[in-house]
Amino acid sequence: MTKILTPTAEHDVAARDGLWMSPADAERVTGWTLKPEGMCRAEACVPLPASAVGTNEVDLAAFWARLGGPVIASDERDVWALGAPADERNATLEGLAAPDFTLPDVNGVPRSLSQLRGKKVFLATWASW
Amino acid sequence: MVVAVAEESRGADHARPWIDQAKSDYWQLIDTEHRLEDLYNLVNVPQAIWIDEKGTIVRPPETAGSTDHFRRMDLKTRTLLPKDQEERLAARQAYVDAVRAWVTSGKHALSANAVRANLPRITPEMAESRARFRLGVWLRANGRAAEGDRQMAEASRLYPDSWSMWRQAADLDEVGKASSPAFWKRVQALGDKPYYPPPKF
Repeated sequence: MTKILTPTAEHDVAARDGLWMSPADAERVTGWTLKPEGMCRAEACVPLPASAVGTNEVDLAAFWARLGGPVIASDERDVWALGAPADERNATLEGLAAPDFTLPDVNGVPRSLSQLRGKKVFLATWASW
Repeated sequence: MVVAVAEESRGADHARPWIDQAKSDYWQLIDTEHRLEDLYNLVNVPQAIWIDEKGTIVRPPETAGSTDHFRRMDLKTRTLLPKDQEERLAARQAYVDAVRAWVTSGKHALSANAVRANLPRITPEMAESRARFRLGVWLRANGRAAEGDRQMAEASRLYPDSWSMWRQAADLDEVGKASSPAFWKRVQALGDKPYYPPPKF
């Protein structure tokens, strides 16, 4: 199995030759669906070159690079990180809607920023190092 | 509501002593992958973002109460001059007062255009840096420390303005290294550039 780290999750996927995988796995990892016009999410479709699509499989690394996202592999190519595209991050921030996130508290209880809608939030980072 | 997020790739146990001591009634979250820094393009701690009741960012990421007075610290005694200490505490109090004023009266919230003008612009190199950092943290947590170190060092090289990345990578390498002579050398190399850019009020 190949491990894929996205900005918000980890997935174990049956992949070959890098990140060639079934369209169903590609959708599970990215939320984008393979259609005749390319990889699609809601109204948006990203056309793929013929070299990135096979019989019932798709090259996820090629798609992600096409989106403008970084694709980083471990030395053994068994763990991959798919980073958020810079343009996507910039567009989100410029929209000024605070990006939602879910993180555990110190006791492991998951907390989401969106739970606090209706309150002013002072969101601050710190570290022990 | 205060949401405090510990950027701690070593995990909750490293943050717990401080959290226990704070005895806070607000959320104390643990961010082992520096996910918040990726989402909001944060580069140091402490940084803060102000978010209104509708979930809109009304102040972009900014230094939350810290100042550059520490750069004049006597490294042998680890102390500040009384004047520097006084100014440092006054700046921190001024920031806390500003947060309180915003909560009670809305003061200091910026217009949408002003927020956008002060947002940090994310480049493809920064995006790659975040992905390498994420991979590096995973590799380190899964028994592949040397390879993880390399990914984190490359992440830091790609995003030299991110002190979090540099210091966290150093701390993973050796506890305490995040404030080692190498850190001080890097700080002094900033010259006139601030380590903690002051918030604009």
